[in-house]
Amino acid sequence: MYQYIVKRLLLVIPTLFGAAVLVFLLLRLIPGDICDMRLAGEGGLVDEETLNTCRAVMGIDKSLWLQFVDFIWGFIRFDLGISMWTGQPISYEIGLRFHLSLQVAIMATVASIIIAIPLGTISAIKQNTWIDYFVRAFSIAGIAIPSFWLGIIIILGLLITTQYFSGTPWMPPIQFKPIWEDPMHNLSQLLWPAIATGYRYSAVATRMTRSTLLEVLREDYVRTARAKGLLEKVIINRHALKNAMLPVVTVIGIEFAFLMGGLVVTEQVFNLNGLGKLFVESVDHHDFTLTQALVMVVVTIFVFTNLIVDIFYAWLDPRIRYS
Amino acid sequence: MDATSQTIPGEEIEEPAVSKPWLVSLLDLIRQQPLGAAGAFIVIIMVFLAVFANLVAPFDPIVNDYGSMHIPPDGTHWLGTDQFGRDVLSRLIYGARTALVVGFVSAFIGATAGLVLGVSSAYFGGLFDLIFQRVMDVFMAFPLIILALAVVSIFGTGVENLIIAITIPFIPRCARVVRSSALSIREIPYVDAARALGFSHRRIILRHMVPNVMAPYLIMITAFVGQAILLEASLTFLGLGVQEPTPAWGLMLQGGAEEYAESAPWMAIFPGLAISLAVFGFNLFGDALRDVLDPKLRSQ
Repeated sequence: MYQYIVKRLLLVIPTLFGAAVLVFLLLRLIPGDICDMRLAGEGGLVDEETLNTCRAVMGIDKSLWLQFVDFIWGFIRFDLGISMWTGQPISYEIGLRFHLSLQVAIMATVASIIIAIPLGTISAIKQNTWIDYFVRAFSIAGIAIPSFWLGIIIILGLLITTQYFSGTPWMPPIQFKPIWEDPMHNLSQLLWPAIATGYRYSAVATRMTRSTLLEVLREDYVRTARAKGLLEKVIINRHALKNAMLPVVTVIGIEFAFLMGGLVVTEQVFNLNGLGKLFVESVDHHDFTLTQALVMVVVTIFVFTNLIVDIFYAWLDPRIRYS
Repeated sequence: MDATSQTIPGEEIEEPAVSKPWLVSLLDLIRQQPLGAAGAFIVIIMVFLAVFANLVAPFDPIVNDYGSMHIPPDGTHWLGTDQFGRDVLSRLIYGARTALVVGFVSAFIGATAGLVLGVSSAYFGGLFDLIFQRVMDVFMAFPLIILALAVVSIFGTGVENLIIAITIPFIPRCARVVRSSALSIREIPYVDAARALGFSHRRIILRHMVPNVMAPYLIMITAFVGQAILLEASLTFLGLGVQEPTPAWGLMLQGGAEEYAESAPWMAIFPGLAISLAVFGFNLFGDALRDVLDPKLRSQ
């Protein structure tokens, strides 16, 4: 087990290094840099000298190798650097928005669990009936419906229903307040994006619940439980569902890692000032240091979530360790 | 790019079922895979609308008509008009063309490149396989939309660049799946036999191994078409994809649909429905295809 963990941990290094090389090179391929953006952005003409001083200040006049070494060295020391656009430390910029994105991600995950597990269970128990078809169609629709459109429809629905019932249309608040300061305000802002994303992510988990439960229900011990004359409710809840949950939990875990990146579009629709929006802005501004840092943060979260899932699996199933 | 030439991968797939009189097998298919049949139906209608868009669409999708802006759905404009007086239905029909071209081209190229790379990686094994897998790991660790965003900011917007942006993240995803099926095929004696006969690596890979991983490949293609349509819409919505005046579904949602959502809700509702229905159709169809082609996965 110890060996397996060490082996998997060592594999993380090339992945992170490769991601760093990839994002670094991709960004250097983008035509124009932050100095062009900032000084000549409005179409004004700037002389070469001003641009060069600006580049020297930003450190992008150095050779690519030096820049890359700086970036990697910083990353190793958990120093993400300073945003080229705002001049603030990147950890500060991320810290400002991390709470919001994390909260939406957690709420979306909770929403997806609340939707997925009961629906998947019903679908498996009633396999190949119209209920099953309905649930499967509902979950495939979750993957098919773009979350940004669902967002627009939710906002539209809120406007129309509040208009109808109270006479004045109501919009979710724009300003973010932490949940411990003003829970009502906070929830009324973040509930909607969480539902829009949560529904989408519930789709995969629903299908997973259904398929693993179908497998488990064919196991001998379930037949034994039936033969003993246990109530169907007890068989499902105690015997089947508990054993079917592992892959479902895995899927939810992996999705959570993806959520941090997947919020890009949702945050745009709901006008939320989160990490996704910060990312789009940083690409727009050619703020290399910020984009690099954000990509590395997302990739690191993703890689380590995967690692934890793998180790967890290996711990449960010795066959994986030796393959 | 011609939309008609791209419909082939989707059509091909239905063939294996036909051995009995076609009507009987069609009814069989509907009974066994009602959701898949529904998906196929949606896909076929969409392909038909895309191919014959110029005959079906009642209005020109591009010409502005300032005399008829924001008209709610009625007898002439079935789904209303947008802020430039363009007919929403016509733009939806032409938008199907854009969506399918982007969907099929990127799914086909992405899956095919993944197929060749995945099989080669499994065939050669050793150091090549190890390095290749690490490279795939890197690409897989990038969230799809972030990779696409980076590609678009390098190459710029527009349909061709959008296709590149969507294709690249597909390659490792397909390669990974194909590689794992190819690994088991490598152990089958006919590959040894082919090697003993002195065939070139290229011939063994393309003629002996690739045909045997067709099932996962076809499954990946159909899954990718749906994802590509969704990704195209998302990137276009973010302003990174197709540009005006080309009719595209994501663009219809971006261009003012949010601003006018309250006064002209039809502008926001119908393009979203079109995207959802198209992706829904491809996903249902892909699921059914997986059931038919890969009995091992049937319970999933």
